[in-house]
Amino acid sequence: MSGQGDSTVDNAQGGPDQQLPKVSARKLSVFYGDKQALFDVDLDIYANQVTALIGPSGCGKSTFLRCVNRMNDVIENCRTQGKVMLEGTDVEDPSIDPVQLRARVGMVFQRPNPFPKSIYDNVAYGPRIHGLAATKAELDEIVHVSLERAGLLDEVKDRMEEPGTGLSGGQQQRLCIARAIAVSPEVILMDEPCSALDPIATARIEELIDELRADYTIVIVTHSMQQAARVSQRTAFFHLGIVIEVDDTSRIFTNPQNQKTQDYITGRFG
Amino acid sequence: MEARRRKRHRAEVRFRAYGLAAVGFALLVLVLLLGTIVRDGAGAFWQYEVVLDIDFAPEVLGLGQDPAEAELGRGDFSRLVKEAVRKEFPEVKGRRDRRALRKLVSPGAVFELRDRLLADPALLGQTVSLRLPLDDQAQLFFKGFISAAVPEDARKLSDTQLGWLETLQERGQIVSGFNTRFLTGGDSREPELAGIWGAAVGSLLTLAVTLVLSFPIGVAAAVYLEEFSSRTRFTDFIEVNINNLAAVPSIVFGLLGLAVFLNFFGMPRSAPLVGGLVLSLMTLPTVIIASRSALAAVPPSIREAALGVGASPLQVVVHHVLPLALPGILTGTIIGMARALGETAPLLMIGMVAFIVDIPDGVTSPSTVLPVQIYLWADSPERAFVEKTSGAILVLLGFLVLMNLAAVLLRNRFESRW
Repeated sequence: MSGQGDSTVDNAQGGPDQQLPKVSARKLSVFYGDKQALFDVDLDIYANQVTALIGPSGCGKSTFLRCVNRMNDVIENCRTQGKVMLEGTDVEDPSIDPVQLRARVGMVFQRPNPFPKSIYDNVAYGPRIHGLAATKAELDEIVHVSLERAGLLDEVKDRMEEPGTGLSGGQQQRLCIARAIAVSPEVILMDEPCSALDPIATARIEELIDELRADYTIVIVTHSMQQAARVSQRTAFFHLGIVIEVDDTSRIFTNPQNQKTQDYITGRFG
Repeated sequence: MEARRRKRHRAEVRFRAYGLAAVGFALLVLVLLLGTIVRDGAGAFWQYEVVLDIDFAPEVLGLGQDPAEAELGRGDFSRLVKEAVRKEFPEVKGRRDRRALRKLVSPGAVFELRDRLLADPALLGQTVSLRLPLDDQAQLFFKGFISAAVPEDARKLSDTQLGWLETLQERGQIVSGFNTRFLTGGDSREPELAGIWGAAVGSLLTLAVTLVLSFPIGVAAAVYLEEFSSRTRFTDFIEVNINNLAAVPSIVFGLLGLAVFLNFFGMPRSAPLVGGLVLSLMTLPTVIIASRSALAAVPPSIREAALGVGASPLQVVVHHVLPLALPGILTGTIIGMARALGETAPLLMIGMVAFIVDIPDGVTSPSTVLPVQIYLWADSPERAFVEKTSGAILVLLGFLVLMNLAAVLLRNRFESRW
């Protein structure tokens, strides 16, 4: 699977469902006004895997992430060129409704941002607006399953009506994950989900990510190389808006092909 | 080092003293202002009445021996009052003296007796002891505004009249009590009968029209400008103009109302509908500006979270942003309403300066509003209207305090933390 263009080195061999990547970007460029943030990015994300995006600050990782669920649409002056495809269909295709797209591609943000509603309503909001439950009993079921999957049910089952903002940081982030999986997405995008959390909460979320990959495709942006090494199966290294190298996690951290990758991993910069 | 520390300390003490002095001065002015109004207006809420024995004799009323109920209203009730008053002072003879005696009772007493008989026809032929309002000059005497020390031709009550009043008081026939007429009656030429209820209803109707128009339009405009439109030169132009409109003198809106609503559209003059339209034009910029601030204060993370779960832009606004912005929007709206309540100039332009005695029964019936009523009474020559003016000011201030209290309570109720 060699990438197109000589700026990307992609050496992955393994990975299930390799024939059809779940998400793929082809010659993706993003401009904020006159400033270009991504330069002709080609990247494949495979299903039921955790793909980590690493790189120094401002290299375009979050920008790339936000292209996948078209969150960049709400930013003024943001232009994209090239394509991002979800299972072969361009996400910018007129037949795709961005609202429906975001139900298929969920997102967890850097700072936990639960709605100022009850814990139950936080998780139930997505299923409600997408009509995923016909009765209250079905909605209850979805909420319980999501909270359980996110590893939060035991801690909150007695206080579902309390505000979501009353939880601790780690619990709030797990609530946001539960909220994201309640709409049964296919892909979950995580933008530095643990950067605002303490190490114990971080460990719990990493455990959770490992459990979730059986059912979802996960893309995680992280500043921590150790986290990328622990959690992901494939890693892409971004630098100044270009994907320098993409490879299996084990190989990219032990035997990187590109000198810049080597420098970043060994801490020479970033 | 030490000298610098002492100098800084002194500067801090001085600064705090300035602050306290400023607050103290403001409080002093406030107390003076309110105190003066309360002193002048408290009397408006108190009234003096005279207890008289009224004989509802059919012969005196000029009705037949057994009149039909429909006939009762046409009786000569002023004769009842005359007879009752003469019974108190049978020694008074001569037309002029008798007229002077009769004038001690308010002309409104005649209508009150009529209303009583119509309400209870069984009173016919009976003698009942009733409380009737005194004339405004007599009430002023009991409230201490007319003094016997002033020479007789400098006051409106003669020495003989004062004597009669004092005699009635000695006999225990003068009673005082809370002036409900002030709060429930409409305007009147007679100060003792004048009430603010007509103006209050007019104000309420006008404010209702203003609220119904300015709140939805203002909030919708703010939501569009803040959430949905992109920043173009056109939207910048709109924003500048909204800010300018908020500063336009209110009388200009009155002229606009006169030219467009009354002359062009032919709407009824002096109606709360037109008043409400004019005031809503005036309040709209305030509501829009306050709503935009409230919407902008909602953190973007909430919007992103909602979008991330697959909510449409409209759902994001209606389900998440508006509920969080509601306290600010409500506060801005109520402040705008409170300003509209006190506006006089634009309403004068559309004709709400008329003398309206009936309580308005709809948005198209002619009415006046509280500030205009105050203005009209302030203009009246009768001495008794002075306290009525201040009393009406107190009622208006009371409404304003209530509205601001409502703003605070509503804001606290809808405040949610994020």
